[in-house]
Amino acid sequence: MAFAAFSSNTPNKNSGQPVKSGKIVLALLLPGLIYLAMFFFIPLVALIQTSLVKRVSTPSVHFDPAWNWQNYADVISRYWPQITRSFGYAFVATLVALLISYPLAYFIGVKVRHRPVLQRLMVTLVIAPFFISFLLRTIAWKQLLADHTPIMEFVHQIGWLQPSQSFIGSGPAVVFGLIYNFIPFMTLPLYTTLERLDVRFLEAGSDLYASPSKVFRKITLPLSMPGIISGTLLTFIPIAGDYVNASQDFLGSEKTSMIGTMVVQDQLVTNNPQTATALSVLLMGMILVLVTIYVRRAGTEELL
Amino acid sequence: MATQLKVTGADLELIDVRKDFPGFTALDDMDLHIPAGQFFALLGPSGCGKTTTLRIVAGLETPTQGQVLIGGQDVTSMKPHERPVNTVFQSYALFPHMTILENVAFGLRQRKIDDPVAKAQEALDLVELGHIAARRPQQLSGGQQQRVALARALVNRPSLLLLDEPLGALDLKLRRQMQIELKAIQMEVGLTFLHVTHDQEEAMDMADTVAVMNKGRIEQMGAPEALYDRPKTAFVSKFLGQSNLFVGKVSDSNDSSVSIEVGGYKVTVDKKRAEKHTGKIAIGVRPEKATFHTSKPNLSSDHVMIGEGEIIDIRFTGVSNQYLIEIPNVGEVTVFAQNIGKSPVIELGAKVWVSWKVEHSFGLADLPDGSEEQD
Repeated sequence: MAFAAFSSNTPNKNSGQPVKSGKIVLALLLPGLIYLAMFFFIPLVALIQTSLVKRVSTPSVHFDPAWNWQNYADVISRYWPQITRSFGYAFVATLVALLISYPLAYFIGVKVRHRPVLQRLMVTLVIAPFFISFLLRTIAWKQLLADHTPIMEFVHQIGWLQPSQSFIGSGPAVVFGLIYNFIPFMTLPLYTTLERLDVRFLEAGSDLYASPSKVFRKITLPLSMPGIISGTLLTFIPIAGDYVNASQDFLGSEKTSMIGTMVVQDQLVTNNPQTATALSVLLMGMILVLVTIYVRRAGTEELL
Repeated sequence: MATQLKVTGADLELIDVRKDFPGFTALDDMDLHIPAGQFFALLGPSGCGKTTTLRIVAGLETPTQGQVLIGGQDVTSMKPHERPVNTVFQSYALFPHMTILENVAFGLRQRKIDDPVAKAQEALDLVELGHIAARRPQQLSGGQQQRVALARALVNRPSLLLLDEPLGALDLKLRRQMQIELKAIQMEVGLTFLHVTHDQEEAMDMADTVAVMNKGRIEQMGAPEALYDRPKTAFVSKFLGQSNLFVGKVSDSNDSSVSIEVGGYKVTVDKKRAEKHTGKIAIGVRPEKATFHTSKPNLSSDHVMIGEGEIIDIRFTGVSNQYLIEIPNVGEVTVFAQNIGKSPVIELGAKVWVSWKVEHSFGLADLPDGSEEQD
């Protein structure tokens, strides 16, 4: 009844042209939908299913299908330090990346706007690191920041680190690597937003008695919110799940393990796929919740 | 409400202001004094330096040399936010992330004025937009945005209000209406208005004083009537309305008048209405001051008469007909005849004589472009 009531409001709109274009739209969407189903939806279901199986170790290790929610309680109690560390690192790295990227993006997008050659050169320089594999770059940093390199000699000399302390393997080293590897994902969205910033709004602000710092806080910053939101999301989400920088093979140590590190360990080393997947699902859920709250709080719907 | 907004405007003085941009000079040693409470229009084609002048007054550009004084105070080195000046921008530049009300309250908040929201609401009521205070700029029409921009500037009670072609983006009907409103508001609040425009009708209609700018300089300044009645340069005579210009050597001169010879005809101007009395000079007349006759008229010496010529184009514009008349050895002459229903029926190709009263001639200080070489 209700359905009929709604459909009767638009009796003629479903005939003729719309139906035809509806078929075309469906045909165009189909490859994408199939792709999503095969490579997103089915793996997601498999992931959740695996996270609920029961690991049985006798007589030999095998996995019984079950609704074993205990896996989640296990990973939360066992990996709580890694979970908080992941989000802590992600928060700090995102914040520092924003503080570094914003002035850079402002300079490229606004200050050198009238010199297109210089502007393009600078954007290219921001992207340039991508031309080399990020594993290679991270290993390069490991060598540069290892003990007794000139950089570390200098750091020890000015007393930032005690002579007995190594930088590699510490939390700051991992955060440094995360910032370095993900900063272009912050800079580029900020740049695209600031590049379109209409400086006439800034002139209007100063004409209306706002000092340069007030103009920045009241006009520039709110108008660049779309770039800030997408930049922080594009860095925070992958950083929270990163497992390269924090691993012992790169810039980290066992004291810097993040969620990703433990997923790798459980899945590939200790043969515990049920905890590896439970941790993955948990990470996904937590990011979803955080991102939803963040986007709602930022309240930039009309600017996005 | 209007009385609360009432303030006394300040006078504006530009002393020897020059602005060089890489490759060209936008302003060339400009001196300008605008008395307090005046509606002053800077009129000129694009690229003449009028917007640069306005931006220098607002503090958005720094002059290469010279001084800017507002109310006697030297503001040359002041930042825009320190100057007692507000601008209505050509693009309006309403902040898209704020409501209309917050846009208008912005300046008040920056200066920590009490009760900014109530004052902003009053200003919006003044421009009859109080009912849309909660909307965003994007939801407003061009005319509404223009009025919000005006309210946002006026609410701060600046000593000097700068208007940068604020009506340029509006259609003709809305523009006329806004011109009337703007003028009414200016008279009501008593501010000094500096209005930059390329629309000569707008400038003449609204301003107490009009300065015609060309190539970074003020060519002529004065009341609209005076400028129109007696343009002093060829540029002003062509930019402000239309003119017929005749160039020739002075052939006859007495105590009260000067005559030149053009194509065998004698064109005369009153001496007191001519800038130059010797050598090669240009004399002009406005098309609506000239009339044509279908037979050779018998006129006294207080008239100029040229012809015969041939009508080569007729344009009907509603209130008047515009006739283009080709006169051998002289060139083309334009005559406007008011459409009052009793003008002679004239067709293309008709032979006519053109005349006007000597008192309507004006003599220019320079010659129109290109006439120097035609010796």
